[in-house]
Amino acid sequence: MTERLVTIKNRAGIHARPAALIVQTASKFAAKIWLEKGSDKINAKSIMGIITLGASFGTPIRITADGADEEGAAAAIEALFLSRFEEE
Amino acid sequence: MDDKSFTVLDLLDLDLKEQNALDIRCIGGRKGLSREISVPDLNRPGLALSGFFESFAWQRLQIFGRGENAYLKKLEEEGKTETYEKLFSYPIPACIFTHNLAPGRDFFKYAEAAGCPLIQTDLPSSEFTSRILRVLSDIFAPQTSLHGVLVEVYGIGILITGDSGVGKSETALELIERGHRLVADDVVEIRCVNGSILMGQGANKVIGHHMEIRGLGIINITHLFGVGAIRDKKQIQLVCGLEEWDSEKVYDRIGTDEKTLEILGVQVPMLEIPVKPGRNIPIIIETASMNERLKKMGYHSAKEFNQNILRWLESENARAVYFNRDDYL
Repeated sequence: MTERLVTIKNRAGIHARPAALIVQTASKFAAKIWLEKGSDKINAKSIMGIITLGASFGTPIRITADGADEEGAAAAIEALFLSRFEEE
Repeated sequence: MDDKSFTVLDLLDLDLKEQNALDIRCIGGRKGLSREISVPDLNRPGLALSGFFESFAWQRLQIFGRGENAYLKKLEEEGKTETYEKLFSYPIPACIFTHNLAPGRDFFKYAEAAGCPLIQTDLPSSEFTSRILRVLSDIFAPQTSLHGVLVEVYGIGILITGDSGVGKSETALELIERGHRLVADDVVEIRCVNGSILMGQGANKVIGHHMEIRGLGIINITHLFGVGAIRDKKQIQLVCGLEEWDSEKVYDRIGTDEKTLEILGVQVPMLEIPVKPGRNIPIIIETASMNERLKKMGYHSAKEFNQNILRWLESENARAVYFNRDDYL
């Protein structure tokens, strides 16, 4: 189990495009990946799940990965958040 | 226009109905029916008849209306046949007489000798002109053929493409079974009309509306499903590319990116649909068709959805700002 803590840095928050980007990245890994916002925990491979999280600018998110390639998975997702989903 | 040239005989053989009917018949010069029509245009030969042959557009179909015919009558009465001689020295594709008019005996004689077909129509000149221009522009429209199945689903013409064996025909069959229509299977002939409309139809009327289904062989859709299940031609408004599911490839998950496929210079919206067991492609195509109609009506599901999300995230943002402020309230 690998964990990363990130904050959303792009102004628009996680809307459809960033959500799709997360899902695309997450799907490349075999590990189970979750995103947590407060008490909500959702599967990072589900677009609708990520969008309904309602993660807006400045929200802290916990990334959890579990599986053989969990290190790589967590790092890849974290990198997306850090790059502001290639926005701005 | 394909490599085969379009002759006057082909024009007479066109089976056009109702508002497209040309009502033409050959009244003389049958020898020349094999003459090629090489330009999709017409000419009123008034000036030529009066003896002025400079810039005479002889390559075009010559239309003789009431005016020209009255002038011919006058020429004939005066016995001025040298104009005819000059006129028929050009390899005119055909002379067309509107209003059911016919030229005098001398004109016939010269036309026969020169092998220039004389054609008559019941229609008045203006109506005939607009009809034949429409017909010719259709015939001379840029044309190509693609491998795929063209179906009409909820009124939208959908071209299903994909490698052979991916299930195009099976998908089309299921769509027909569900009440939609087959336009063409396997080879779809596409014409670009008016520079922006792509009309698709079967390559051959004889083969038309038959399908090859692996394990069944060739089936006749008209006989099996009735005339309601077929259509002769349809505008191509959407392309669905079927492909084997590739786990490495990224498929559109949102629908805000709009891919297009260029056919004859026209951009047609295109969807890439991955095929794998458990995915019901006909239903996906039906839904795609309805979604396309919604888009045409100005409602774009994916964009609208994203806009709502953005608005919602924005309001969450705004609330957070207020809640975190000490002087709130």
